[in-house]
Amino acid sequence: MRYWFPYPLLSLALLMLWLLINQSFSPGQIVLGSVLGIAFAWAMVNLQPDKTRLKNFGVLAVLAGHVAIDVVRSNIAVMAVILRAGKRPVNSGFVAIDISLRDENALALLACILTATPGTAWLEFDRQTGVLLIHVLDLENGAAWSDLIKRRYETPLKEIFE
Amino acid sequence: MNHLTDLPAWAAIPVCILLLLGSVITLVGSMGLIRLKTFYGRLHAPTLGASAGTILICVASMITFAVLQNRWILHEILIIVFIILTTPVTLMLLGQSALYRDRIEGKNDVPGKTTGEQPDTSGMDI
Repeated sequence: MRYWFPYPLLSLALLMLWLLINQSFSPGQIVLGSVLGIAFAWAMVNLQPDKTRLKNFGVLAVLAGHVAIDVVRSNIAVMAVILRAGKRPVNSGFVAIDISLRDENALALLACILTATPGTAWLEFDRQTGVLLIHVLDLENGAAWSDLIKRRYETPLKEIFE
Repeated sequence: MNHLTDLPAWAAIPVCILLLLGSVITLVGSMGLIRLKTFYGRLHAPTLGASAGTILICVASMITFAVLQNRWILHEILIIVFIILTTPVTLMLLGQSALYRDRIEGKNDVPGKTTGEQPDTSGMDI
């Protein structure tokens, strides 16, 4: 089974993607989508991605909720900064955060979260030292930002992935 | 022009609000590219359009066509997912190349490599 279907979830996701794009649930499209899903899963084997198992779906749901709130909040905050940029100097700066996450997929998810919330930009992650360098647009206190990201994102990601 | 006038008022109002909000947010993000004065500040501005702008405009599109065609329209979700998945790649590439250049030239108070200390956050006023 594992040989023929190396990444069953990925194949299923690709099938869903195919059906969504084609907007149809006809048997022909389902067959075509399944064939493509299985074929791409084989291609994925050659890329040798890190195997990770999601462990805690409750935490994942809570994290998704937090991210949704933060996206709304930071959008409003960044809009305010841009609109006031003429009158008030923008106080932005770099923040270095020690991160103990090592799982590649978790780091990728963290990068998506930090980018999707405007106001924080991922600049660099050093795999040896585990230091993540981000740039914050409206910086009041670097230590507070570092704490916030560790508590709000890193801790749940560790629970989910490791 | 087409059958957009068939859209009933109860659907047209939220669609208009969503579209306007999404476009205004994207516009403010584009203005940010001019108003913010450093490269790193400018990295933040387009994410407004990439996150809230895209989501609001896609939701408006979903509602419009779901009401007009009387069925669930979901492929805008794919647009949102792919934009959220792919923007980090571009932004990281841009950010890292800027970081690399600034470190070599010693500009913009960029924190050095391999040091874990709290970087200097004064002097970064835009």
